[in-house]
Amino acid sequence: MQLFINILLAFLILCAIAASLSKNLLNTILIFMSYSLVMSIIWIILESPDLAITEAAVGAGVTSVLFFVTLKKIRAMVKTDNEEGEKGNEQENS
Amino acid sequence: MSRKIPDKEYEKTLSFRLKRWLDGTKDVFTGTVEMKEQEEFKEDDTTVINRAKDRQQRMARVYDLANNWEINGFNRLYRIFCVCFCLFLVLMLLIAVSFLPAYGHPENPVNNEVAKRYIEDGLQETGSVNIVTGMILDYRAFDTLGESHVLFIATCTVLILLRKDKKKDENGNNIEVSDRIYEPKNDVILQTAARVLVPPIIIFGIYVILGGHLGPGGGFSGGAIIGAGLILYLNAFGFKKTERFFTGKTYKILSVCALGCYCLAKSYSFYTGANHIESVIPLGTPGAILSSGLILILNICVGIVVAGTMYTFYVMFRKGDY
Repeated sequence: MQLFINILLAFLILCAIAASLSKNLLNTILIFMSYSLVMSIIWIILESPDLAITEAAVGAGVTSVLFFVTLKKIRAMVKTDNEEGEKGNEQENS
Repeated sequence: MSRKIPDKEYEKTLSFRLKRWLDGTKDVFTGTVEMKEQEEFKEDDTTVINRAKDRQQRMARVYDLANNWEINGFNRLYRIFCVCFCLFLVLMLLIAVSFLPAYGHPENPVNNEVAKRYIEDGLQETGSVNIVTGMILDYRAFDTLGESHVLFIATCTVLILLRKDKKKDENGNNIEVSDRIYEPKNDVILQTAARVLVPPIIIFGIYVILGGHLGPGGGFSGGAIIGAGLILYLNAFGFKKTERFFTGKTYKILSVCALGCYCLAKSYSFYTGANHIESVIPLGTPGAILSSGLILILNICVGIVVAGTMYTFYVMFRKGDY
């Protein structure tokens, strides 16, 4: 069980770093979703099922949907093959 | 014209002059000040070319990054200041952490009598099997009321900021077109999945809300689940179908009623508690669905507020005029 928890925690740290380093905003949201799901499993292991339900419903569900809608609104979800969504995302970094 | 004095006399009065000045029908300075006709703006080609050349030179000088010592110096200072600022923040946080009580010390606030009382007497005093719900909706109900209000205020702000613009262009069409003109998309997979999934999701949400005092769950998580179900339904079938039962007006009435109900119920228990009056609401047998006094009602109120908030956030983000 300890090994399982360690694997989950390592995945959590990996997700957090990957979400902040990912160039594509869509990938960031997907990584964030998986982060929330793993977090809810960890809440169950820590014996707080109340928080686990809330985390799964809010963190993985509603928040991600709101993020998707926002991305669609600011037109960051572009379907280009050659540009790789650089237009919206890269200007802020440079 | 229902004026008492004739027009000629009226034109001499102060009020007429004031009115004329306000309307701007007569220029006061005409005839008193020597006016000069404005010359037409003319420019020969050489000045235009010179100006363009000047501009180019200026831009070249500004963007000559290798030799522009101002920008380079600023960049260097900026970096140094960044590092200093980060170090300062880290130092502040470390100093703040050093004031925290030692880990595992018996005098810590974690180990005081409150937690012990929650665990030992919680079931008797609140009648709720789930200690967490008993804590947040009975001992700490005031905090939960504040949280519900935070959600309500957040929705109000979103309603103000993301409201659909009523402005119209020359042809009378709305400038900001709401998403509903593309709706519903009639996606067969999505609609079939929604038809299967939405009723269990909403029933599960209701179960989580109603069973909040018996097992894991409660108003917030149940409300979020119901809100997610409503969002799925909206995505599959479009605004027209959801507006049969859930519009902006419904949301406002529901959330205000729920918050008011919460306030009333909790003020009653605060009043009786503060004045040492015996509350008439029975706690019931622990484990039954109708038990634990007010917690079930409070759970339902919080659930309604949260579900409405989640759904309204989504609708406002989609600019479905509400």
